[in-house]
Amino acid sequence: MTDLLLSQIKVNDESQFGTDDYVVNLGPQHPATHGVLRLIVKLDGETVKETIPVLGYLHRSIEKICENRTYPQCITYTDRVDYVSAMSVNLAFALATERLMGLEAPPRAQWLRMIFVELQRLASHLLWMGAFAGDIGALTPFLYGLRERERILDLFEMTCGQRLTYNYIRIGGVMIDILPEFVPKCRAFLDYFEPKIAEYEDLLTYNPIFLERTKGVGVITPEVGINAGVCGPSLRGSGVSCDVRKQQPYLFYDQVKFNECLETAGDCWSRYKVRMRELRESVSLIRQCLDRLEPGPIETKLPPVLKAPPASEIYSRIESSRGEMGIYLVGDGTVKPWKCKYRCASFNNTYVLDQLTRGWKIADIMAVLGSLDMIVPEVDR
Amino acid sequence: MLSGENIVKSVSDLLHQLYAMVGLSAFKGVLDPIVAAHVMFGFISVFVMFLVWMERKVSAHMQSRIGPNRVGIFGLLQTVADAIKLTIKEDIKPVHRDKIPYYIAPIIAFVATFAGMVVIPFDKGMVVQDLNIGLLYIIAITSFTVIAILSAGWSSNNKFALLGGFRSAAQIVSYEVPLVLSLVPVIMMTGTLRLGGIVEYQSQNHWFVLYQFIAFFIFITSATAEANRAPFDIPEAESELIGGFHTEYSGVKFAMFFLGEYIAVIVSSAVAVTVFLGGWLPPFAFLAFVPGFIWFMIKLLLVIYLVMAFRWTFPRLRVDQLMDFGWKVLIPVAILNILVTGFCVLFFGKGV
Amino acid sequence: MNFEFIENILPLVLALLLAMAVPTALILLSALLGPRKDNETKLSPYECGIQTQAIPGDARHRFNVKFYLVAMCFLVFDVEVVFLFPWAVLFQKMAWGGFLSMLGFLGVLAFGWFYLWKRGALEWE
Repeated sequence: MTDLLLSQIKVNDESQFGTDDYVVNLGPQHPATHGVLRLIVKLDGETVKETIPVLGYLHRSIEKICENRTYPQCITYTDRVDYVSAMSVNLAFALATERLMGLEAPPRAQWLRMIFVELQRLASHLLWMGAFAGDIGALTPFLYGLRERERILDLFEMTCGQRLTYNYIRIGGVMIDILPEFVPKCRAFLDYFEPKIAEYEDLLTYNPIFLERTKGVGVITPEVGINAGVCGPSLRGSGVSCDVRKQQPYLFYDQVKFNECLETAGDCWSRYKVRMRELRESVSLIRQCLDRLEPGPIETKLPPVLKAPPASEIYSRIESSRGEMGIYLVGDGTVKPWKCKYRCASFNNTYVLDQLTRGWKIADIMAVLGSLDMIVPEVDR
Repeated sequence: MLSGENIVKSVSDLLHQLYAMVGLSAFKGVLDPIVAAHVMFGFISVFVMFLVWMERKVSAHMQSRIGPNRVGIFGLLQTVADAIKLTIKEDIKPVHRDKIPYYIAPIIAFVATFAGMVVIPFDKGMVVQDLNIGLLYIIAITSFTVIAILSAGWSSNNKFALLGGFRSAAQIVSYEVPLVLSLVPVIMMTGTLRLGGIVEYQSQNHWFVLYQFIAFFIFITSATAEANRAPFDIPEAESELIGGFHTEYSGVKFAMFFLGEYIAVIVSSAVAVTVFLGGWLPPFAFLAFVPGFIWFMIKLLLVIYLVMAFRWTFPRLRVDQLMDFGWKVLIPVAILNILVTGFCVLFFGKGV
Repeated sequence: MNFEFIENILPLVLALLLAMAVPTALILLSALLGPRKDNETKLSPYECGIQTQAIPGDARHRFNVKFYLVAMCFLVFDVEVVFLFPWAVLFQKMAWGGFLSMLGFLGVLAFGWFYLWKRGALEWE
């Protein structure tokens, strides 16, 4: 496979004068490519002439596996699609199945789902911030981000016993009710966390070197972004309103107040800024959800065997931490989905990488890749 | 009274008695420098190990971690343990290496930076050799590191290493110019290249950092770049080039590059202390009862702490931004600084 | 031979020899002490886990000329710095005459630097 891929790259080593093209592999084992993405980069000196993402190093055929499992079993696999934001994928699949079968979770379960998905968004954005800063050479924010992320994971662990792959949001509700001390602990965390956002911003936002490295770098124009299917915070950085929570509200997102964070420049700095603002929005969202949380059942009564109606199909989407997370399911009257397709934000976001980095420097590949917030299992599935 | 000069004198007296006892008094002129060189080497080895530990503790403190705390008290022996580990590691020889430069590069990287320490006066008279061309010597000998880095990058036959080597060469030579230019105003005011002489000049006037703040800023910036430290660490930028020029190095050979980087930090900080911060002089006259070398070490550690703080708070510059900063900002400012200093010295008279 | 010169240089030479001997000894020592379990993959150049065999030759290609250009600019400026050092040492003795002549020299140099900038030698493209 290696030879096949590399032979497709036209290398300029025939000409008598001029520079040889320098073909370098960034990845699959590279400190900066998050996971095992492989980039074949053609260089002229320091300048990037071409970037070819090579996918599939983390392909686990999750979609095909899901077609051979019952609907409740699939939830376990959704954890592995985006392990940094597993709650979101849990929710995406649970919602898709519920819509396919005409079920609805009780209100308490819906509020709980919102709380956990927003906490997950915080955790994911924190990890992203650290990794992005690390990509452009600042190592300290990573530790700061992880410090607060640990507290969020503690909250998750307290509720469902897991810190990475939760399997918490189930079809028809959630796995288990929260403990009585969850709400005060969550509030305490939010009070502790909100001032920390300012601390991150002090470290990075207006640091002159950070500005040099991110302002005007990797500009996604709205047209390019929409054509390539870029979504989530990466597209909102270009000023395109694309928040599924606003445009097609699910759960109770239409009952809470929050702003869609938009920036206009479309460069790495705008994408960074969007995510930092989303941290604040999520905090206020979680506070509202905690206020509205009322006692009640956490699961609807499900039929003993969960079957989709024959010849049914659904495309259901949510806003995951990385952007639009869509699930396409086709039911054929059996206990298994006949077709299962994940529409993952990272895959589409990675698509623009070549366009954004051509003519820039090697270091900019890392800045752009970091700012797009891609997670390799979401790309490869 | 405890002072560097007295210590050196008593040590040398003791040595001379020893030489006389074993019948070597005729060679004492030769043996003294041997002892001095050994003492300096031992001191630097221990100090570098301490600095590696200090950097890890400083970074841990900045990142709200604990840092090394297992080996020895406060983890002080962590670096020793690491050094032993690196020594007994497998000596990996990449297949397509150029044998001779591949092995010589780490040695040069170590020697070139260490040699700079020889002329640094830790106290009045406490110096291996206070050369009359001290500053020029340091600049000349420490710039040998570029050869080490370039040959390391070239000989490993690795694309990242080669790219890192080229980057490093471009960076070091670019920042060499402002580095040297920032020292020229000081020489103009003192009229000597001897480091001891520069400190003595400051004992009669103020520290140079007061007159030459711009030069001090340029010097610290360029010295950080010379030592390949963040935010100028593009030759070994781990998120881009994995390890840069030392990608293919492991074990002791890697340790030599690593130590070389730290010694480069010591040398440039020591020069900054000597030239701009008054060397062994106390900050106020009434503090003169504290021995000079203690003042020197305090100042040295402060400057090194500053360089470490740079590394753990700033992102990394991009290669073109780095070059722009060096050529378009630092060099013209340094040249203007020379002219302004020259004008002031002549206009307001000797000694400013 | 000038004995003073030797006395001046001797400590330096000794320190250099010492500094050379220790790393050499350490490298030899580690070659003796370390385990030896070579295999082809371990010894191959690291390129993120994938060998670019399809590319002919090795890492040594004709490389972008930019790096050499920087080296050239450096040479020019470094030679100038060498001129500056003796001038700086004798600066106060030469007084205004020395200052004005160096002004002329730096003027020429600044012109060259300006020319480099305008011709784009300082741009990284």
